[in-house]
Amino acid sequence: MAAAAAGPGPGSGPGDSPEGPEAEAPERRRKAHGMLKLYYGLSEGETAGRPPGSDPLDPTDLNGAHFDPEVYLDKLRRECPLAQLMDSETDMVRQIRALDSDMQTLVYENYNKFISATDTIRKMKNDFRKMEDEMDRLATNMAVITDFSARISATLQDRHERITKLAGVHALLRKLQFLFELPSRLTQCVELGAYGQAVRYQGRARAVLQQYQHLPSFRAIQDDCQVITARLAQQLRQRFREGGSGAPEQAECVELLLALGEPAEELCAEFLAHARGRLEAELRSLEAELGPSPPAPDVLEFTDHGGSGFVGGLCQVASAYQELFAAQGPAGAEKLAAFTRELGGRYFALVERRLAQEQGSGDNSLLVRALDRFHRRLRAPGALLAAAGLAEAATEIVERVARERLGHHLQGLRAAFLGCLTDVRQALAAPRLAGKEGPGLAELLANVASSILSHIKASLAAVHLFTAKEVSFSNKPYFRGEFCSQGVREGLIVGFIRSMCQTAQSFCDSPGEKGGATPPALLLLLSRLCLDYETATISYILTLTDEQFLVQDQSPVTPVSTLCAEARETARRLLTHYVKVQGLVISQMLRKSVETRDWLSTLEPRNVRAVMKRVVEDTTAIDVQVGLLYEEGVRKAQSSDSSKRTFSVYSSSRQQGRYAPSYTPSAPMDTNLLSNIQKLFSERIDVFSPVEFNKVSVLTGIIKISLKTLLECVRLRTFGRFGLQQVQVDCHFLQLYLWRFVADEELVHLLLDEVVASAALRCPDPVPMEPSVVEVICERG
Amino acid sequence: MRERRCCCWCLSRPFKCAFLQPPGILTTVPEVIEVSARREASDSKVLTCAAVWRMPKELEPGSHESPDDSSSTAHSLELLCHLDNTAHGSTACVMWEPTGDGKKVISLADNHILLWDLQESSGRAVLSSSASLEGKGQLKFTSGRWSPHHTGTQVATANDTTIRGWDTRSMSQIYCIENAHGQLVRDLDFNPNKQYYLASCGDDCKVRFWDTRSVTEPVKTLEEHSHWVWSIRYNHSHDQLVLTGSSDSRVILSNMVSISSEPFGHLVDDDDLSDQEERRPEEKSQEPPQDSVIATYEEHEDSVYAVDWSSADPWLFASLSYDGRLVINRVPRALKYHILL
Repeated sequence: MAAAAAGPGPGSGPGDSPEGPEAEAPERRRKAHGMLKLYYGLSEGETAGRPPGSDPLDPTDLNGAHFDPEVYLDKLRRECPLAQLMDSETDMVRQIRALDSDMQTLVYENYNKFISATDTIRKMKNDFRKMEDEMDRLATNMAVITDFSARISATLQDRHERITKLAGVHALLRKLQFLFELPSRLTQCVELGAYGQAVRYQGRARAVLQQYQHLPSFRAIQDDCQVITARLAQQLRQRFREGGSGAPEQAECVELLLALGEPAEELCAEFLAHARGRLEAELRSLEAELGPSPPAPDVLEFTDHGGSGFVGGLCQVASAYQELFAAQGPAGAEKLAAFTRELGGRYFALVERRLAQEQGSGDNSLLVRALDRFHRRLRAPGALLAAAGLAEAATEIVERVARERLGHHLQGLRAAFLGCLTDVRQALAAPRLAGKEGPGLAELLANVASSILSHIKASLAAVHLFTAKEVSFSNKPYFRGEFCSQGVREGLIVGFIRSMCQTAQSFCDSPGEKGGATPPALLLLLSRLCLDYETATISYILTLTDEQFLVQDQSPVTPVSTLCAEARETARRLLTHYVKVQGLVISQMLRKSVETRDWLSTLEPRNVRAVMKRVVEDTTAIDVQVGLLYEEGVRKAQSSDSSKRTFSVYSSSRQQGRYAPSYTPSAPMDTNLLSNIQKLFSERIDVFSPVEFNKVSVLTGIIKISLKTLLECVRLRTFGRFGLQQVQVDCHFLQLYLWRFVADEELVHLLLDEVVASAALRCPDPVPMEPSVVEVICERG
Repeated sequence: MRERRCCCWCLSRPFKCAFLQPPGILTTVPEVIEVSARREASDSKVLTCAAVWRMPKELEPGSHESPDDSSSTAHSLELLCHLDNTAHGSTACVMWEPTGDGKKVISLADNHILLWDLQESSGRAVLSSSASLEGKGQLKFTSGRWSPHHTGTQVATANDTTIRGWDTRSMSQIYCIENAHGQLVRDLDFNPNKQYYLASCGDDCKVRFWDTRSVTEPVKTLEEHSHWVWSIRYNHSHDQLVLTGSSDSRVILSNMVSISSEPFGHLVDDDDLSDQEERRPEEKSQEPPQDSVIATYEEHEDSVYAVDWSSADPWLFASLSYDGRLVINRVPRALKYHILL
């Protein structure tokens, strides 16, 4: 834009007046014209009219800011023919003229305006001169006014002072009047019982009287006042001591007495003594509730009563004391703290006695609510009296009660477990109706498991009340952390599982190893129970606990795996013990049968001895019993033809099968050698070996123990020919029926062979029976 | 029927002599005369009898004849006398007087304790006193030991699960350990150095150590065997070494330091014990020893019924099993040095 870019141009700046020398180059005038146009707001049209493509720096542009006449002329001269030059000259001249006339018009137009402006200025000049004169006059007047004013105040000074003095005298006189009236007023007040008013009057007058006591009249007043005040104080004390009135009135009395300037220490002590009296009465009533009379109010009522009566009273006393004796400083606070601590301690003792009575009961919700109120109540004075530590003590009590509850629940769980066991014992011992099984073992197991689980859940739910959100103490650190992890998880749940395992294990260690103490079925059942715990229940219970109690504490807890290992170990021990007990029962039977018989003079065997049938029956019964609770288990690969096995019993004992086909009974040393050789090929039998958790393993263990006993007993006896044959028959019979129970029938086979071989060695006339005869007898039996 | 024999083994130095009778007694012989029990089968009943035998002259200690193993043949024993027990039932056990002039023998027959006086000159054994055990049921002694202490006035016997102590002067009961084992008690032995200590073993696979002054609880219980323990013997001079034989075909040598008569170290009570103290004798002073199984010997193929220590060499012991195998073992050298040094 021409105006904006005018700076660098030679000659006038942007503010040039339009009256610039008209002889200037037409381009300059044009420029000035543009500026005028701008000035008068016409620049828009001009700018719009400009060709958009023109370069503002072009020196040949007539309207451009950098227009150079020489260059323009040169250009024209060089580029244009003469005719065009002529044309452009005329054109330019014409333009210049137009511009000139424009300029003149403008000048004429604006001239009038200049004239009127000059007139205005001149008029203003005249007006100002007039104003100056008036201002001068104003200043003079003001000076006069000031002067007058000063004179007036000087005249009034005197009177003003007099008035002030008079006012002072008036006030003094009023005070004096008050003083003179004071005794009568006080008397009146005392008579009316308006002690507060009296004390206020006395307070107001005291200082003055004190000051002017050297004047006789004042002294008289003071004496009067003192007499009245003493009476007042006495009355107040009287009222205070009567003690019948409530705590607030007492507080008022004390306040008045304090204002009367009675010694604070003494008052403080008296106040506390009174408060003690009242609170002790509360405590006594609480104690009476606690008393031995059986229908004591329930614990909730008790804590309510204690809370509103004692704790409320204590609160009032404490706040009154703090208001009244704030001036006493730390010593006073200390006194109050000691007071509170002592009474609080007694209160806590009572509460604890009451709560101790509650330990036996099973209702947790009531207890928790009572504790909650107790705790909530004590938080207010706790805030008031941090020094006395009531809140801490209360929290401690709550914690202690919570711990005791946990112990109680653990005890309860243990008792429940023992109760279950007793039930099972009874169920097992109950006489069975003929032909009808009692409650099956599996059913009993399920009963026990579910009853224990429900007990655990009930305990958890009961204990969970302690951590409920709405209970005031549940956000204490103890209840957030230790209570959950150490108390509930470790103490209650883990403790119970441990004690369950211990109880179960104690059945294994019972001194009565004869097996009479514990019914074997119970051992079996417990073993299965522990195994179930190991596989599922423990982790379930612990997960349940962790979920319910959101254990946040970082303290180490017993991992599930440890507990599972313990449970498994218990199950294993129980099962092993079961095997031993059952093995022992059968062993005793076999031992008696071998030891009591006279094997030398026995008759030729016609039958399998009854005891062997009994052994097989018992084994079958055990098999059924174990089968109720344990899975079948794996056997070693069996021979497809088991009947062949039954023959080998004595074929190996007498003829030694493939090892020594030429065996004859007349060469006893050979037997020895052959049995040794045979043993080289068989594995050593571990008789009391640990069992696995399946039926076959259990039965194998029992049969191993029984047969080994038979073997050892046979070795201690001497047999006649028929004795040996009887053993042969018995062994064959056992072989026929026992192989199916064991994991590896080779084992039964081996042991029975050994029995027959041992019997043969203990026989002076070893003539074995024909296998076919043996078989016939066995099949008949 | 297998031959009933008393075998007298000459094992050159260590075992002077031993008599075997499967399943019978294996005893090293401290005296000239050996007593053994033996069975006689008659037509009607079996009665176990006992007899006193004289050892052949050549085997007596002090004999200058050096035994030549290859040439020596079995000597036969000379029968001195029978202990006539037909009136009392089968003999279960015979015990020689541990001290004194060797004239007294005790035998246990069914439920009787019989004290015999040997009269070597006349070749007779005279029943000097007896006592019997009364009670419900058929009581039978299974085993017994004559205590080497108290100048030979005490005898311990076992019947069923009970161990009883007897005074041989009055033939009356001194103490009684009821239910010493869960099942039958098989064998007993007295600690040769501690007069009140007694070891027992039985059908419950356990070995128990008792203090006869307080019999309610065992001092110690071992459960190493997996079947009935038939025999138990203290080492004659180092009573921490205890040998047991069981029908699980194993012989176990245990080191029962905590209840032995030999004081260990400086009696420092320290709980972190090491099982391998015998391997590190140089640290003996710091390590309070611990009861442990020293070794389990599994050479036997069948039930082991008897074990005993050599009376000449305290580091040598023998065991005998059903199949007639006699195994002789030594205490491990490291342990021997550990005990000696």
